[in-house]
Amino acid sequence: MTAYLSIRNLTVTLTGGTPILRNVSLDVVAGQVHGLVGESGAGKSMIGKAVLGTLPRALTISTGEIWLDGVNILTLRASQRRQRIGAIAALIPQDPLTALNPSKRIGPQITRRLVDILGWSKQVATARALDLLAEVQIPDPVRVMRTYPHELSGGMRQRILIASAFAAEPKLIIADEPTTALDVTVQKQILRLISDMQTRHNTALLFVTHDLGVVSKVCDTLSVLYAGKVVEDARMYRFFMRPIHPYSAALLAATPTYTDPTGSLTPVPPKVIKAVEQEIQEHDMRARR
Amino acid sequence: MMYRINNLQLSLPDMTRKPLLGAAPRIKILKGLTFDLPKGEVLGIVGGSGSGKSTLGRAMLRLLEPTGGNIEFDGTDITYLSENQLRPTRKRFQMIFQDPMSSLNPRRRVGGIIACPLRVNGMDNLDTRVTEALEMVGLPNHFGNRYPHELSGGQRQRVGIARAIALRPDFILADEIVSGLDVSSQAQVLNLLENLVKELGLTLAFISHDLSVIRRLCTRVLVLHQGVIVEGGPTEALFASPRAAYTRELLNAIPLPNPYQRWA
Amino acid sequence: MRDERGALKRPLGLRLWLSGSWLTLLFFAALFAPLIAPKDPLMQDLFLGRMPPFWVSGAEPGFWLGTDSLGRDVLSRIVYGARLTLIVAFVAGVLTCIIGATLGLIAGYYRGWADRLISRFVDIWMAFPPILFAILLIAVLGPGLFSIILAIIIIDWTRFARVIRAEAMSQGAMDYVASAQVAGRTKLDTMLSEILPNVLPTIIALLTLEMGIGVIVEAILSFVNLSISTDSPTWGGMISEGRTSIHQAWWVLVFPLITLFLTVLSFSQLGEGLKDRFDPVLR
Repeated sequence: MTAYLSIRNLTVTLTGGTPILRNVSLDVVAGQVHGLVGESGAGKSMIGKAVLGTLPRALTISTGEIWLDGVNILTLRASQRRQRIGAIAALIPQDPLTALNPSKRIGPQITRRLVDILGWSKQVATARALDLLAEVQIPDPVRVMRTYPHELSGGMRQRILIASAFAAEPKLIIADEPTTALDVTVQKQILRLISDMQTRHNTALLFVTHDLGVVSKVCDTLSVLYAGKVVEDARMYRFFMRPIHPYSAALLAATPTYTDPTGSLTPVPPKVIKAVEQEIQEHDMRARR
Repeated sequence: MMYRINNLQLSLPDMTRKPLLGAAPRIKILKGLTFDLPKGEVLGIVGGSGSGKSTLGRAMLRLLEPTGGNIEFDGTDITYLSENQLRPTRKRFQMIFQDPMSSLNPRRRVGGIIACPLRVNGMDNLDTRVTEALEMVGLPNHFGNRYPHELSGGQRQRVGIARAIALRPDFILADEIVSGLDVSSQAQVLNLLENLVKELGLTLAFISHDLSVIRRLCTRVLVLHQGVIVEGGPTEALFASPRAAYTRELLNAIPLPNPYQRWA
Repeated sequence: MRDERGALKRPLGLRLWLSGSWLTLLFFAALFAPLIAPKDPLMQDLFLGRMPPFWVSGAEPGFWLGTDSLGRDVLSRIVYGARLTLIVAFVAGVLTCIIGATLGLIAGYYRGWADRLISRFVDIWMAFPPILFAILLIAVLGPGLFSIILAIIIIDWTRFARVIRAEAMSQGAMDYVASAQVAGRTKLDTMLSEILPNVLPTIIALLTLEMGIGVIVEAILSFVNLSISTDSPTWGGMISEGRTSIHQAWWVLVFPLITLFLTVLSFSQLGEGLKDRFDPVLR
């Protein structure tokens, strides 16, 4: 199967030279979910932003290729790139509270992109929005279209963002820690929803998270990131049974599992961190040559 | 007994439904909670959003005033005391907040943030105490000169802990302090808390929506749902055989890092 | 985990340098006007009327920026005019700030009856049309420095109160304020040491804005001759006079206008520049 999204040797630096992403390569296949795991600050969100073209101004892509549906979008002009991405990719953001405009009703926020950017008529866009709201199991979609974001719970808002993401039938969706702000029972519902919709619409999904438990429920393949460098790339079952890189193993050990009576409160040991830092330094030295 | 809570009720005005003239209708957040917290225990308070767990925590610290029932702290009824009456006792019960971004004044340095409560409560040797507090949470002394935004999330959370323990309180409330952290930082903070409880002989109440962080740390657990205690008891018993349906729901919702665990 | 925070350098305070330099220059010029001004600003000499600035042929030496139709030195008049301008700017600005910000802080942080009282007061006050108010005031008190300053304060303090109240309210909801309460701090202490520093950047921005407004208001009033009643030079008055001789002696209008513009611009940029340089919170 060819990858729908293929990132090759992507290096992103801060102005001043500090590397944020180090030679990242990964593939996301259509209809499958690829997880991107790492601690906060590892650069996971930056990969998604690089693909969608929303990197902060202080960051620049120094080398690498981002292939989306057979085209290296980094070679396109900015306007072409934006058009292409707008047509085939979408984002499910982390915080449903700040991602929605508090002064606009829900309906226009879903249909706006369809009407303005894709040129759909208002009726078609509204019908589509209602279909999607039903698909994400929001009760009484007609009434919800007229509500404001603050009138809904966190879980409902996230469902709406999911509906928005799937609205234009994107081929690729990037989910940036979509359940981090939700509590555990709502998280379960949302994760299952994302999984179901992704399967049904056969979308390629890049799932960014720091929680390995979540990864094991949603992903088919994954990459583990440390300080902007991919330290392991694996298929899901193999990874959990036999993680190869010591950092991956340490991360797994740190994930709390309540079934273990002694609890897993072991942070990543300093030895492992030293070893992986060493790898990073060697990588940086090689890159400079 | 560190805390004796009896039929605690708390309602807050619903500002979204406030009529033009007159008071806003009140929503009942805590609907009559009763439990004891013995000295030296670590109590886990678990529930989803809307369960009232944060409100309970703030009521126990008298940041909010209950509308019914009573709260007894170490034998003293603190339910309806005024701020002035409470002030001398305040150093005995402290809180660590959920969001280290908003719980540390962004325009003050870390050293000042920790020293302030000490100064207010008339303690001396501020520098020594601040250094001691930083050391106890595993932060180097020079961090005292930094501003909060110059620290990582885990480090900021540790400053919050340092601030709470610097006063050497008898009781600490930790309100969802690891919810925003990644697993490694989470583990570090929880381990730290565990050690501090032993070292300083603290009584701790730990609020969380995640049962998996509760198990190692807490000796007793209270499960809250919509302002009511649905289940409470020793940790082991609760995990081994949860009685309430809601508790079971919470347990089942936890994503274990095990690809063979199928969600029902 | 490695920490790349703080790797970004802060931009140079160019704004601060430029605006600060201009205002400092103006301040010292106004302070030492008798020593700095080359000529007596009130001295008329009809033989030297409408002399051009020094770089134009036919200029009279010693009158750097030329003279007006009555032979008075433009540069000296600008320097002396700065006195009035800066007095109005600082006094009106600072007093408006103190009154408005204090009431706003109290209303926003203490809430309750203090807030209700102050907010009602602000609402009622703002219901009076401001220009009418100012005209009435000047009609009653007569033109003069005191009236101008009072007019500005009366009209603008509500702006401070409203904005600072909103800021104080949003800061008051922060957990570090709850933390202060948990530590046993009194409300007054918390307001001064936790809320105030976080509201200060807004206060400073509004203050410098207000000073700029003070400059403009004074200029407008002296333009229509409602300002101070003596012969002392004012920028607005000079601009007004300069209009009549704009074709024969453009410098009489242009130089005070440029000075006015630079001063107002400097005040507005000063606030931004101070924030950039001194606020520890990086944006």
